[in-house]
Amino acid sequence: MTPIPNTLTDLPNSPKPDLQASAPRETIAVAMSGGVDSSTVAAMLRAQGADVIGLTLQLWDQNRLAGKPGVPTRSTGRCCSLDDVYDARRVAESLDIPYYVVNQQERFERDVVRPFVDDYLAGRTPIPCSLCNNHLKFDQLLLTARQIGATKIATGHYARNHFDPVRNRWILKRPADLAKDQTWFLFGLTQDQLAHTLFPLGDLTKPEVREIARESHLALADKPDSQEICFIPGGDYKQFIANYLEEQSQAVPDSAGELVSTTGATLGHHQGIHNFTVGQRKGLGVFAPNPLYVLQIDAHSRRVTVGPETELNRPSLLVHRLNWIAIPGLESSQTPGLAPGLESGQAPGQAPGQASGQAPSPEPGRNPTLRAQVRIRHSQQPTPATLELVAPDRVRVTFDEPQRAVTPGHSAVFYQNDEVLGGGWILPPEPL
Amino acid sequence: MRRVYMDANATTPLLPEVVQAMHPYWIDHFGNASSIHQPGQTARRAVDEARERLAEFLACHAAEIVFNSGGTEGNNTALFGLLRPGDHLITTAIEHSAILTPAERLAARGVQVTRVAPLATGLIDPESIRAAIRPNTRLISVMLANNETGVIQPVEAIGQIAAEHSVCFHIDAVQAAGKLPIDVAGIGCQLLSISGHKMHAPKGIGALYVRRGTPLEPLLVGGTHERRRRAGTENVPAIVALGKAAELAMRSLADGTLSRLAALRDRLESGLLATIPEIGVNGAGTHHVRAPRAANTSNLWFDRLDSEALVIALDLKGLAVSGGSACHSGATEPSHVLLAMGIGKQRARSSLRFSLLKTASVEDIDYALEIIPPAVERLRALAPTHAPTPSPVLAEATP
Repeated sequence: MTPIPNTLTDLPNSPKPDLQASAPRETIAVAMSGGVDSSTVAAMLRAQGADVIGLTLQLWDQNRLAGKPGVPTRSTGRCCSLDDVYDARRVAESLDIPYYVVNQQERFERDVVRPFVDDYLAGRTPIPCSLCNNHLKFDQLLLTARQIGATKIATGHYARNHFDPVRNRWILKRPADLAKDQTWFLFGLTQDQLAHTLFPLGDLTKPEVREIARESHLALADKPDSQEICFIPGGDYKQFIANYLEEQSQAVPDSAGELVSTTGATLGHHQGIHNFTVGQRKGLGVFAPNPLYVLQIDAHSRRVTVGPETELNRPSLLVHRLNWIAIPGLESSQTPGLAPGLESGQAPGQAPGQASGQAPSPEPGRNPTLRAQVRIRHSQQPTPATLELVAPDRVRVTFDEPQRAVTPGHSAVFYQNDEVLGGGWILPPEPL
Repeated sequence: MRRVYMDANATTPLLPEVVQAMHPYWIDHFGNASSIHQPGQTARRAVDEARERLAEFLACHAAEIVFNSGGTEGNNTALFGLLRPGDHLITTAIEHSAILTPAERLAARGVQVTRVAPLATGLIDPESIRAAIRPNTRLISVMLANNETGVIQPVEAIGQIAAEHSVCFHIDAVQAAGKLPIDVAGIGCQLLSISGHKMHAPKGIGALYVRRGTPLEPLLVGGTHERRRRAGTENVPAIVALGKAAELAMRSLADGTLSRLAALRDRLESGLLATIPEIGVNGAGTHHVRAPRAANTSNLWFDRLDSEALVIALDLKGLAVSGGSACHSGATEPSHVLLAMGIGKQRARSSLRFSLLKTASVEDIDYALEIIPPAVERLRALAPTHAPTPSPVLAEATP
């Protein structure tokens, strides 16, 4: 990544680049959310002399569900709220770059909101940010950017990417600031998307980004980070699902059923499987001497299995709908023993045999396997595991240490050191 | 970079003569037109003279002109000033939001509202207005020229129907003023709104024609300004500017400017139709039925692209056009006018409005003809042919 220029303080007075002049200069569209990170990206690229166009995706009308239960009449939500569009526009104005709001509400509803609701109704726990990245930010926005004459997009994600000529592949890497690492949400990026995306914050820490924002005279340098799901301001997803379905004139499907123990004993009844997430402890409505946790949600039988915390741990999981980044796929990888060079914790290209044979993979059979580190939630550090291609587009992840609360609907993202190998979506386990 | 402005229906620049006319009234003649002293009288005379220009412009009496802040205020005054709970309003589905939103609010307060749909040409059929009349119909409100398509509505015929039923008739002439002659007596309307900034006067000034004897309640009350029809100290420089703009508009209506403008619009339209495949005109009607249009407006659809991206691409090349109406955030919504005409959502989303300034030149048109075809080609080449390809991680979104 290009180093940060030290001329940032000169920004407001620097001349506006003529979009027509000097053909070789790159035109970059910055996805501006109105937050500190993407605003700083725009300021950095502008200071580096690129032709910068600011684009904000209008994704959701916060007033759509206003007045329904739990939603304030005048929304104060963050996603696409007028405040955030205002902030993004003010940054673009202060940087003197062209700025446009692009309406993608229909696509967002179709590809993010509706699947979010459907996932919960099917007993899964969705990650809307990954869907938004795959369908809006790196698909639709990149398309719009190219259509209006930009060659690349830049975002405020904390991640790094580069082209590796040896492997002939674009590589996605964890950022310098591991506390802000957003690669878990980015595992769905294609080679084409990575080739046309800049992550200018990848080498910076959050405090450094805020410092650049201040030096660039961005008024929002101290704006707090957003944490919640952007289209659910209060964070109450159950209320959102009820309100959304009501707006669509649809009833919340009846998925009430039994709460059962691991031995199959009925412990009580629940009002619908969408009220549960694997690992959830509160709101089960069951009295027990020791705390109970949701272990499994079976959409077919509507049974929610609960049990003690110790039973949350799982040795393995299955993923599908895979996307590979650093490698073309597991088919081409060899079984352990044949290619120890690609085993645990070893960077590609490292001499074979150096770090092999630590955790033997369970029953590898004839299936291609690969040692990797795996993350099954954003807040977790990658943990050692063996990947095994058990069927086309189906990988079993076997952890060296069993992992707590494997959540169907979430993704499992595979790493080798700081590189993202790829990832997939976690399937529901076999019934207990 | 060359900059060409083809969004005159959004707003227009002040003409130099207009700036010149209003200039003395900022500092030298700053008086309050209600004051009895000489500075006040100077301001009063300027307001009176402007009022007479407007009366000439609309073919009415000077006492029937009420200066206000613009089209939105004129439209709000017409609707809120006449309609009471239990009354019935007839308007159309292709009106500006400055009519449709007040109508919605009135509907919530017990006024019955009928929104008449247009024909596929964008024209309102006067007979559909007649058919909508009820015993309690109090007001008909129809625009003269549509902002999106330029289609000119048959207001004389509608005015006759209104008169036959003793119903008040309001015309939103914001887009028509300066683009076609307006004769309020000929039309037979009681109320007519115009806006300064659509006709080379400043933003924030407009006028409402109120026929004598129309029982219109003022929207703003306070002082006795504008014969108690609109309280608030007169915006003297802007009123002077509107008077000057009306004078210049009358001149351009008589000196062939409009036929020159229509020729330029046709050059643009036929040039684009000839060079770009899968394109067509919205609101022009078929070969058999042609709808009359304002001379400066052309609304075109370009299949297989999203006009929002085309507007941005053209803006970055220096050409300012419009692609629908801006929603609260500034994002584009498909035009409700095109949707009401029965045009599909996809096609409405692919439509662009070109609206020429009276100062447009052949060079402006030719620049547009030079940059639009390659921009359209680029957008189409990059656009997904069918539905967007699902990304590998979400091949099956729903169970």
